[in-house]
Amino acid sequence: MELQNGILILMGSAMILSAILAMLVKDLISSIIAVGVVSLFASIIYLLLQAPDVAMTEAAIGAGLSTLIFLYALHKTKDAEEEND
Amino acid sequence: MIKKMFAFILLMFMAIMFYALNSNITENKELFGVARSYAERGAGELGTQNIVTSIVVTYRGFDTLGEVSVLFIAATGVAVLLRRKEEEAPGKRSKRQSSEILQTGTKLLTPIIIMFGVYIFINGHLSPGGGFQGGAVIASAVLLLFLSDINYEINHNLFNIIESFSGAFYVLIGLLGLILLGANNFLDNRILPLGEFGAILSAGAIPIIYSLIGLKVGTELASIIDNMKRD
Repeated sequence: MELQNGILILMGSAMILSAILAMLVKDLISSIIAVGVVSLFASIIYLLLQAPDVAMTEAAIGAGLSTLIFLYALHKTKDAEEEND
Repeated sequence: MIKKMFAFILLMFMAIMFYALNSNITENKELFGVARSYAERGAGELGTQNIVTSIVVTYRGFDTLGEVSVLFIAATGVAVLLRRKEEEAPGKRSKRQSSEILQTGTKLLTPIIIMFGVYIFINGHLSPGGGFQGGAVIASAVLLLFLSDINYEINHNLFNIIESFSGAFYVLIGLLGLILLGANNFLDNRILPLGEFGAILSAGAIPIIYSLIGLKVGTELASIIDNMKRD
């Protein structure tokens, strides 16, 4: 029980840290990856709190697909900027 | 400066709110009310080993139908908004081939990932997971195909047919409950025999419903990705 609480606190701090990182990093790709990492840690926390169903959804959609959609969006906006220059 | 002050005040306000919420939480030693009723009835009444599934698919089946509809509307919206640009710009950007490692890895992994997705939604009534999770896993396999081969195209007709038919059959199974078991039984899984508890073909119509949801979600998410990818 003590160990689990320790892991939970560790995961929670990692989530907050990567969320702050996502705001502070200048490079947008790193920022998107940091947002994905937040979801990944959240899914581990769900798993530890006995909610495997939610953990699977969070890992597949939060960490996987939405990160990718952000990457595609970033790709498209970058192209538009290059055309304007 | 004023902006930062405002953000700081907002954060403090949220902190006070969360503190108030957090201090009110007490650990429940047992379930109460409707949660208790679901937990006690689920396994015996519906034959599902995974209680979450019995709630998501049967007791709260109508909500799941709503969720599937929301996802469908979202996918349609993405398609309507992004398809139009296809005609305007032909897109002459030189495309780079993906790396050898990614291509080989994709060939090896795609069948396994799709099989895992199918496993998740077929075993929805026995183990954690279900239609939405399995569908998302299948969509990520399609995504891997897109990433490894820049010229890869999904078969749009096939995807549309699978999506429409699984959605229609899902509603049809719900209506079958009304016809066979009488009123108040929309989306009831007991239209089929419950079978042996814990077997793969058990829990009535739940494996069928979850397979339909899995196919629908998988094809919908895959077509969202496909629309996003288009230049």
